[in-house]
Amino acid sequence: MMLEVADLHAYYGKSHILQGVDMHIDAGEVVSLLGRNGVGRSTTVKAIMGEVPPQGSIKFKGSDIAGLPSYRIAHLGLGYVPEHRDIFPGLTVRQNLMLGIKDTRRAGKWRLEDMLAMFPNLAARADTSAGVLSGGEKQMLTICRTLMGDPELIMIDEPTEGLAPLIVQQVGDLIAEIARRGVAILLVEQKLSIAMRISHRVYVMGHGRIAFEGTPAELRDNEAVRKEWLEV
Amino acid sequence: MLELIVISTLNGVLFGMLLFLMASGLTVIFSMLGVLNFAHASFYMLGAFFGFQISRWLGFWPALLIAPLLAGAIGAGVERYGLRRVHRNGHVAELLFTFGLAFVIEEVVQIIWGKSPVDFRVPALLDFPAFTIFSTNYPAYKMFMLLVSIAIFIGLLIVLKKTRIGLIVQAALTHPHMVGHLGHNVGRIFMLVFGVGTALAAVAGVIAGPALVTQSNMAGLLGPILFVVVVVGGLGSLPGAFVASLLIGLVQTFAVSMNGSLSGAFGPLSPAYASTWLADIWGVTVAQIAPIMPYVLLVLILILRPMGLLGTRDT
Repeated sequence: MMLEVADLHAYYGKSHILQGVDMHIDAGEVVSLLGRNGVGRSTTVKAIMGEVPPQGSIKFKGSDIAGLPSYRIAHLGLGYVPEHRDIFPGLTVRQNLMLGIKDTRRAGKWRLEDMLAMFPNLAARADTSAGVLSGGEKQMLTICRTLMGDPELIMIDEPTEGLAPLIVQQVGDLIAEIARRGVAILLVEQKLSIAMRISHRVYVMGHGRIAFEGTPAELRDNEAVRKEWLEV
Repeated sequence: MLELIVISTLNGVLFGMLLFLMASGLTVIFSMLGVLNFAHASFYMLGAFFGFQISRWLGFWPALLIAPLLAGAIGAGVERYGLRRVHRNGHVAELLFTFGLAFVIEEVVQIIWGKSPVDFRVPALLDFPAFTIFSTNYPAYKMFMLLVSIAIFIGLLIVLKKTRIGLIVQAALTHPHMVGHLGHNVGRIFMLVFGVGTALAAVAGVIAGPALVTQSNMAGLLGPILFVVVVVGGLGSLPGAFVASLLIGLVQTFAVSMNGSLSGAFGPLSPAYASTWLADIWGVTVAQIAPIMPYVLLVLILILRPMGLLGTRDT
């Protein structure tokens, strides 16, 4: 098992956001974490990365990572793409990608040339400031930047939020490509489209807990769960 | 008149570059840690006193190297074992911490070196006039100060723009969390930046010590002007700090050397004013108000452009 989360709790001030989350992800597996706004999906990945202080057990490749500084978690092979597309606006696209590399002495699975070849848009703007990119391009850049660090598991928070349908399609293709190359994925989403298409398994969150676990097909058949926890 | 302009420009640029050596560190530290380091000018003073002491033991040139390293190491230690712990209690605690630190450093300096100015002299090697312009001898040491400041400025620019560590620092200025998620040790970068920033202030201290007065009040004299520089330039903006340093350096130097007053400029038009209660204001020379010029600029900037000349933040 690659990532194993057990009885995870987290607080924002006094409010108890995560109330005992249990989940696991195997090597090479694509898992989605679904649910409405405010149920604690983003907080779950933030707690795993140590951005929100976690209480409970978080094991990555067998070692306990709960509460470690995020740079050490990253070095263990866990990549994180936060929801706000935090590109470095003052740096060029190429420089942004370079900063994704954790260890310059070792060649990774993803090379800068690969990234630029996959995304002609980024290639055309490789040497311009990343601050001027469109929302979709920024999203591609943040995912690619994290991939440059060669993660074994990548957690991507709301990659399609606020993007046009055509761009959503492209982001979906990129995530499928990441999975094809054997990287495990935890996709945090509100919309079902991409998640149902590429996931091996899905979790549905409600009120700070996991409310459902199953395959996309099982979720599709379970109208009660969809009504209670997903549909608005 | 031309003589005045040339000499004042040289002096103004020199003072501006010295200010920039300090303001650059202060503004970068502010961007990263979100805290205004009230003790920054104290590291400038430490640089001057360390420079004085080491140059007595080993000579000026070793002092120029060792004093900043020493002050930078103290700065890095302050970040690692002081600020980082205080940080958990919020920004007010951090401000108070740096504020207190400034007093501690001043007291310690007074205990060791006393309150009177120390005899920190220009090294003999540079104690000659570099050139004579009109009838003024321009000291070689001042040219040396200018060259050192410019060299450091260029070095800083190359490190920030061209090296990997420079790029990480730039990224951490705006998105420290993201830099951590990518596997870079942000804490170590903060410590490094604090160390380098305080070391730069100390360089300014070592080279300014012999030219100005090395005394335990030098941090208190310079600190406020430093804040004017970073606020006028825009908190967190390096180019802004550069422009504001030069601007304030030039404004102050020119103001000091000018003798004009309102009565000088407009007096002949209305001689009656000279004898009224306005006479005091009427007769004040530019040189007399020179010391308050930076603060006037500060107030104007805060009213008209609160984010500073080249700043982007609203705060």
